[in-house]
Amino acid sequence: MPVEVADLVAAAQAGDRQAFDELVRVTYADTYTLAYRLTGDEEDAQDVVQEAYLRAFRGLKRFRGDAQFSTWMYRITANCASTYLGKRSRHRHDELSEELAVSDERESANPELRAETGALRDRLQVALRALPPRLRAVVVLRDIYDLPHEAIAAELGISESAAKVRLHRARRKLREDLFSIPGDVGEAHAM
Amino acid sequence: MRCDQLGDVLSEAAEGNRVLDKSARRHVEQCLRCQAEVVQYRRLLKALRAMRTEVLEPSPGLLPEILAAIEEAGERSALRSLLSGRRVAYIGGIAAATAAAAGGAIVIATRSRKRLRLAS
Repeated sequence: MPVEVADLVAAAQAGDRQAFDELVRVTYADTYTLAYRLTGDEEDAQDVVQEAYLRAFRGLKRFRGDAQFSTWMYRITANCASTYLGKRSRHRHDELSEELAVSDERESANPELRAETGALRDRLQVALRALPPRLRAVVVLRDIYDLPHEAIAAELGISESAAKVRLHRARRKLREDLFSIPGDVGEAHAM
Repeated sequence: MRCDQLGDVLSEAAEGNRVLDKSARRHVEQCLRCQAEVVQYRRLLKALRAMRTEVLEPSPGLLPEILAAIEEAGERSALRSLLSGRRVAYIGGIAAATAAAAGGAIVIATRSRKRLRLAS
C-alpha cells in the first residue's frame, strides 16, 4: 500500500474525518473507473461510487490492512454494482438479461466509437461494453483488476465455479469479437 | 482430439494457470487453429491487463456529492450515538429514581410497622 494512502487509512480509522475525505479524493477516480466498467453507464457508476464510499466509511474499522485499500474498495464497489444492477433489473426486467448489451451513453465515448480506429485497445473497449453485464463484471474484476475468483464470487453473490464459467464465456466472446474472421467461428476440426 | 474438446483450456493456458496435458499439447502443436486461439487469448489478456492503468475522468460534481453524502452519514452517526448516550442516561436516571423510590417505600413501611408495634 502506498505510504500516503496507508497513513490516511490509519488516520481515518482513528476517527479523523478529514483523512477519510482525503482518502476519497485520492482514490475516487479509480473507483469510478471500475464502477463505470461494471455498469456501463455514467449515472449508474456515480450512484455506485457514492454507495461504495458510504459503505467504506461505515466499515472502515473492519479494514485490517492485510490487503491494499484499493483492493478493498474494488471489492466493495463490485458488491455495490452487483446489488445496484440487481435492483435495477427487478424494476426493469430486461436490463440484466444475459443477451442484452448495455450501451455507452458517455458523450466522450461516442466519438471514440464512431472513429473506430482499429486499435486493439479501442476495439476491446467496445467489445467489453457490448458484453452482457453479468459476464462483463467477471472479466473486468478478474482480468483487469486481478481479483481472485473467490473474491469475485463472494462480491457478486455467485459460486466460484459459476464465476469461472462466466469468465470463460466472457473471454471467448471477447476473443471472437476481436479476432474472428467471418465464417470461421465454431468450425472445430479433428486432428 | 478435436478443437472443441479443449473447451476453456486454451484461455487458461494463455493465462499461464494451466499446463496442457499430453494429448492436448500434442493437439495444439499440430493445430494451427488452436495455436492461433492461444495467441489471440494472450493478446486479449495483455490488452485487458493494460486497461488497469487507465483511469476515466469522473464528472466534476461527483467528488462534492460523495463528500456531502459522507458528511451527512457522519452527522447521522454522531446524532445516533448522542441519542443513544442520552438514552442510556435517561434509563440510568429512571433506574436510579425507581431504586430510590423503592428504598423510600421500604423505609416508610418499616417505620410504619414499628409505630404500629409500639402503639399496640
